[in-house]
Amino acid sequence: MPETAVRELTFAEAIREALAEELRRDPRVVVLGEDVAEAGTPFKVLSGLVEEFGTTRIIDTPISEAGFTGLAVGAAMTGMRPIVDIMFGDFLTLVMDQMVNQAAKIHYMSGGALQVPMVLRTTMGATRRSAAQHSQSLHAWVSHVPGLKVVLPSTPYDAKGLLKSAIRDQNPVVFFEDKMMYRLKGPVPLEEYTIPLGVADIKRPGTDITIVATSSMVQTAMAAAELLEQVGISAEVVDPRTTSPLDRDTLVDSVKKTSRAIVVDEGHERYGVTAEIAAVIADGAFYHLDAPVKRLGAMDVPVPFSPPLEDVTVPTENTIFDLARTLCGKA
Amino acid sequence: MTIHTQATRAESGIDAARGLQMYSQMARIRVFEERVNELYTRAIMPGLAHLYIGQEAVAVGVCAQLEPDDYITSTHRGHGHCLAKGAQPDRMFAELLGKEAGYCRGRGGSMHIADPATGNLGANAIVAGSAGVATGAAFSAKWRGSGQVAVCFFGEGALGQGVLYEVMNLAQLWLLPVVYVCENNLYNEYTHYRETTAGEVLARPAAFGMHAEQVDGQDVRAVFAAAGRLVTRARSGGGPAFLQCDTYRYRGHHVGDINRVFYRSKEEEQEWMTTRDPLARFGDWLCRLGFADPADLEACFVTARHEIETAAQFALDSPFPDASDVQRHVYA
Ligand SMILES: Cc1ncc(C[n+]2csc(CCOP(=O)(O)OP(=O)(O)O)c2C)c(N)n1
Repeated sequence: MPETAVRELTFAEAIREALAEELRRDPRVVVLGEDVAEAGTPFKVLSGLVEEFGTTRIIDTPISEAGFTGLAVGAAMTGMRPIVDIMFGDFLTLVMDQMVNQAAKIHYMSGGALQVPMVLRTTMGATRRSAAQHSQSLHAWVSHVPGLKVVLPSTPYDAKGLLKSAIRDQNPVVFFEDKMMYRLKGPVPLEEYTIPLGVADIKRPGTDITIVATSSMVQTAMAAAELLEQVGISAEVVDPRTTSPLDRDTLVDSVKKTSRAIVVDEGHERYGVTAEIAAVIADGAFYHLDAPVKRLGAMDVPVPFSPPLEDVTVPTENTIFDLARTLCGKA
Repeated sequence: MTIHTQATRAESGIDAARGLQMYSQMARIRVFEERVNELYTRAIMPGLAHLYIGQEAVAVGVCAQLEPDDYITSTHRGHGHCLAKGAQPDRMFAELLGKEAGYCRGRGGSMHIADPATGNLGANAIVAGSAGVATGAAFSAKWRGSGQVAVCFFGEGALGQGVLYEVMNLAQLWLLPVVYVCENNLYNEYTHYRETTAGEVLARPAAFGMHAEQVDGQDVRAVFAAAGRLVTRARSGGGPAFLQCDTYRYRGHHVGDINRVFYRSKEEEQEWMTTRDPLARFGDWLCRLGFADPADLEACFVTARHEIETAAQFALDSPFPDASDVQRHVYA
């Protein structure tokens, strides 16, 4: 990141700026979703866009997720670059046929003749007391599907650069925003930049243990790394930034250096993103490992409403800290 | 087939006792929701709440025609439906506060209250998410020959969801005892329904050949009368029906939606509240017919306030679930 001309933006502002820049740059880009225009979405992430781009570019839809996502697939195939807004990640289930059977496969099934350059932006993340149908982190579901790319930004800087790349990509990209991070502030340069999809980022260098974390869990892992430092453990925090494509080399190289790894992600633990990444590490760094690769995901329960229940279902800096100390033999 | 109804005393069949009962139920819902609003704004209630204030006549008018074992399904704006179907405010408040004594042991919260004992198969935070459930309950009632009816409450926003049309088609094909109650409060969140809904609402059931009626949802007598016809019809094998209730939510889409002028005017809100309030209108009617006097109406509110206060206190005083219990109920 260049040192000049940097200011602080929130995660939401960074996303809005990426959208605004791409809307300005490319007339084929449109935003479709429920209450995206005047309301700027319930999270106010899109506030102000309709004033600049009007209702032909920022388009309110009926509550018809399957319908407008399917429409975006067709529009993408025929010369537009639609960005679909799915208010809560939980509603991905409503658009799975459009994304999985249509968007993901069209390029391949057509032998490369057709392309689907679209982005689906949606949310993830629990602990907002939103209960079981508004709190899920379903990114593993789409990461499983060949043909889809999946992005999980963890900072305002990454959110902006990755979203711009997602919009310019020739493939359907699913972009997950953790609701709990919308107000997180971080440096974002004034100059234009993009971040390629498929390149992990070492958020904090370290030598004793690698903590691979995604989305808001990167913030949690960074906090855990601070705690670990106080007990003499040097943790390296690696953020894959995209689960598909996955930057295997950076993950494996980090663990080759540290010999220990914990993978932290807010999706359910079983059959989840943590399992895939742990397998990649176990395979690639097998001869360097001093301990089994450990996973911390969301507990395998529907997200409970009650605060004391919800709080124990997600990894925290303390659970990461405790596990890392145990792995390093310093518990 | 579309019938526009003007309720008359004769057809609504409401006598003094029934009238006061319905009025009290509406008062209870309003007072309950006021208390929810307060708990939320004082940051005592976690999460979100979507208040039913303004729409009381719909839940009360419909549920007053149901038997205790008839089914309902509800929405994110579901507190009114729960109460009208017989849920108790103490366990509802406990649920809203995430307490073990709640209807869902704190696991569900405001948008997911279910109470099988009163036929309530659950509120739903997915728009149109309960259309399948309600239709399935009607299918099961018919299959079992139980004589039960299912009522599916939903907002007009659900007209955007394809699943609604799939199950309406099934219900009509198989003559299932289900009544689809569309509460048209004019707004899908922050967007007027005219901007999201092509054609006429009632053209949708008409396309399936489904019996449909439209009533003033601020007139509990009209709702009661229409619901009576449709429920009786469904119970006696006449098949499904669609009831459009024109109504209005007085407050924000959810409790945090305070600045609403970007999608609706203060004048519009005032007009609905002052000229069409369901409690005021029904109260006037009860007094005009000599079924009640203003003191009786006030007494309904006093009783409701007392009941609701006691219920809220119960919930505030009750314990949270034990965190070690979090994995219970994932599987039956
Ligand atoms: C499938 C789905 N899409 C979007 C939402 C977000 N959402 C919650 S309520 C709502 C508006 C619902 O409007 P309506 O059905 O008319 O009910 P009302 O809120 O007016 O009672 C929306 C879009 C949701 N819960 N489920």
